[in-house]
Amino acid sequence: MIKNKADLRQVVKDAEASVQSEGLRIMICAGTGCVSNGSLDVYAELLDQVSKLDLPISIELEGEKISDSNVTVKKSGCHGFCEKGPLVKFEPLGLLYTGVKVDDVQEIVEDTLQVGKLVNRLVYHSPTDQKEYPKEKDIPFYKTQQRIALANCGNIDPEDIDDYLGHGGYQSLEKVLFEMDAAQVCQEITDSGLRGRGGAGFPTGRKWEFARMADADQKYIIVNGDEGDPGAFMDRSVMEGDPHRVIEGVMIGAYATGASKGYIYVRAEYPLAVKRLQKAIADAEKAGLLGENILGSGFDFDLQVKEGAGAFVCGEETALIASIEGDRGMPRPKPPFPAQSGLWGKPTNINNVETLANIPIIIEKGSEWFNMIGQPNSTGTKTFAITGDIANTGLIEIPMGVTLREVIYEIGGGIKDGKEFKAVQMGGPSGGTLTSEHLDLKLDFDSLQEVGAMVGSGGMVVMDEDTCMVEVARFFLSFTQQESCGKCTPCRVGTRRMLDILERITAGEGQPGDVEKLTHLGEQIKKTSLCALGKTAPNPVLTTTQYFRDEYEAHIEDKKCPARQCEDLATSYKIDPEICIGCGLCKKECPVAAITGEIKQKHEIDPEICIACGACEKVCPVDAIS
Amino acid sequence: MENYDLQKLDPIIENYRGKAGSLIPVLHKVQTEIGYLPIEAQKYVADSLQLPYSKVFGVATFYTQFSLEPKGEYVIHVCDGTACHVRGSTDILKELREQLELTEEKITTDDLQFTLETVSCLGACGLAPVMTINDKVYGGMTPEKIKNVLAELDGSDQ
Ligand SMILES: Cc1cc2nc3c(=O)[nH]c(=O)nc-3n(C[C@H](O)[C@H](O)[C@H](O)COP(=O)(O)O)c2cc1C
Ligand code: FES
Repeated sequence: MIKNKADLRQVVKDAEASVQSEGLRIMICAGTGCVSNGSLDVYAELLDQVSKLDLPISIELEGEKISDSNVTVKKSGCHGFCEKGPLVKFEPLGLLYTGVKVDDVQEIVEDTLQVGKLVNRLVYHSPTDQKEYPKEKDIPFYKTQQRIALANCGNIDPEDIDDYLGHGGYQSLEKVLFEMDAAQVCQEITDSGLRGRGGAGFPTGRKWEFARMADADQKYIIVNGDEGDPGAFMDRSVMEGDPHRVIEGVMIGAYATGASKGYIYVRAEYPLAVKRLQKAIADAEKAGLLGENILGSGFDFDLQVKEGAGAFVCGEETALIASIEGDRGMPRPKPPFPAQSGLWGKPTNINNVETLANIPIIIEKGSEWFNMIGQPNSTGTKTFAITGDIANTGLIEIPMGVTLREVIYEIGGGIKDGKEFKAVQMGGPSGGTLTSEHLDLKLDFDSLQEVGAMVGSGGMVVMDEDTCMVEVARFFLSFTQQESCGKCTPCRVGTRRMLDILERITAGEGQPGDVEKLTHLGEQIKKTSLCALGKTAPNPVLTTTQYFRDEYEAHIEDKKCPARQCEDLATSYKIDPEICIGCGLCKKECPVAAITGEIKQKHEIDPEICIACGACEKVCPVDAIS
Repeated sequence: MENYDLQKLDPIIENYRGKAGSLIPVLHKVQTEIGYLPIEAQKYVADSLQLPYSKVFGVATFYTQFSLEPKGEYVIHVCDGTACHVRGSTDILKELREQLELTEEKITTDDLQFTLETVSCLGACGLAPVMTINDKVYGGMTPEKIKNVLAELDGSDQ
């Protein structure tokens, strides 16, 4: 039980020594992605075979030497490179094996661990430059990344508090408790320029300051781990991969704002995150790092996990509060802001998981250090989940201001299957759509806002040339429409009307003037909705009508879906037998040989083969095809 | 449900009595216990926690995790989040509906073997398209793989 500073020092020293004694650490990714690809079996097999190994080992590999070393096999959180899992990493060698299967384990033990030889087929091979990259840090996917919030994810065992302590854990907590007062902590975070990573980008230090200034007998702090944006999983990775960092972050926030009670609100779809956090909280309590009179400083803090029950709107802070109170998660008007009247009517500060994961390191290294990273108005890094039609899907963390092009082509390895890039959806269903004209745009709060998108949670869904943007807009609207809580009319009815219009456009029943109706409605909903769900719901439609107007027109005027995704429109072409003169031009032109018929006879199109490319229609001299 | 003894819920409710904000955790536990939230159980919870039944019903119907209908032994969640959608989740859903003879409205098979629902993101977007069966994650799904997955279930007892 850690009762004071000296105890903590001793525990940290022991933890560091134990990390040292582990020698070569083999970290097997136990994130959701790798687990579903069988990483736990790889873990069990490695554990078994390593236990039979003659220790210590001495090997030289890729210019790194380790001598007389122990070998320890551990499970870690997500490494981010989910596309290539299961991932196995060797520290301190920095070696990364990808796509590891149980059958590879013997070779790993015999070749790599015993004679220092690489298992070549497990080394990452880049399809773009055809090179082999044994070391994680050289792999193009990792090269531009700078891991701060994710620093420990993939490097420590999330279920072991000692591993966190042995990697600098809880030292920032000690620092604030004994060297800083609450106002100084708020000031330090304000100086760092850290802006909330949950969507709105509000300066965290200022938010803390509001809560600190509020006068009350009880204050609360809430961690927002609702992560409802489809296509985003960074908060999940942090909660599952480094739960103690979230706890340390929220404790520092509690100290700074004067809260003695905290909740971590986790969405119900993340059972593993709930489990890991609960274990981490129990371990921290047992160690004396949570509870009363922490480290003898007089600071009390109690922390609990609250499970959501499935409602996107509960990510909105006032709805989240209603949900913790046991009600339907419906937002309420602001002001009063939660900092004045939040949970049970008490001053409450709410922060996103990633925001809080940045806190310990800012306290450790100082606001000036943090300020040097990223852009002047968007300091630090941001995690992005890159998914969709991209070669390397996964989770990345980059300094603010890296361009979209770098993310898609360098880190992401370009578009899947060699197709053309078409668009990327930034910031979830209520974000905006960016196109190839934005490839050189810097990814930071202000640059994205300027073009009608937002950083949002950091979800980045990449779409290739075969994607129909009208259908995508319909898809997003159907999501927000479904998730609208129904409290305010503009959002409840307005999004329904917008969806009706989009549905009829994609069904081939669009009417002239529909695009204008959509933009008009969208602007109204933006202005008049109660919460940000409604205020941002029209974004995908507003951005796609702006950048892909021609696609909307093709659907409405020509009843065609240029990407051939909308089933009702992608139906095949027909030849009107009354008009056809049997010239055969269409048959010659058809790229998939869907047209049959003899010269001077009526021709026919086989709807099963037809890809609705429209080539026949163009060449028909008598307009018999439509 | 007919012969479920509601008093079995007492220990669950007892744990939370008098604690603020306990309705949602209680409903979670009751659902785990019974498998869904029948009206009788909701009324029982309302009485026990001294809440209006309208409030319990309101909460039970607001959140997608709560179900007022019994569910199948295997609950299949097909992700239709953005990342999965652009990688073809619609085809996965179609195939499953066909194989299990289910529709958008009819989500549970008559023999209570399977329930098929869509969710918006399981947080495993890197493996899109994704589905889960009783919390086990299946990544990189294709319509072709579905037959095997379903066949595997028949033989297993997870
Ligand atoms: C509809 C809606 C959903 C939201 N979902 C989330 C979420 O899942 N996670 C999150 O951290 N913030 C979410 N937010 C933003 C929160 O309201 C709040 O701004 C954020 O948690 C504040 O934390 P930060 O200052 O650290 O960013 C959502 C907002 C809205 C309007
Ligand atoms: S969008 Fe399907 S798992 Fe995230």
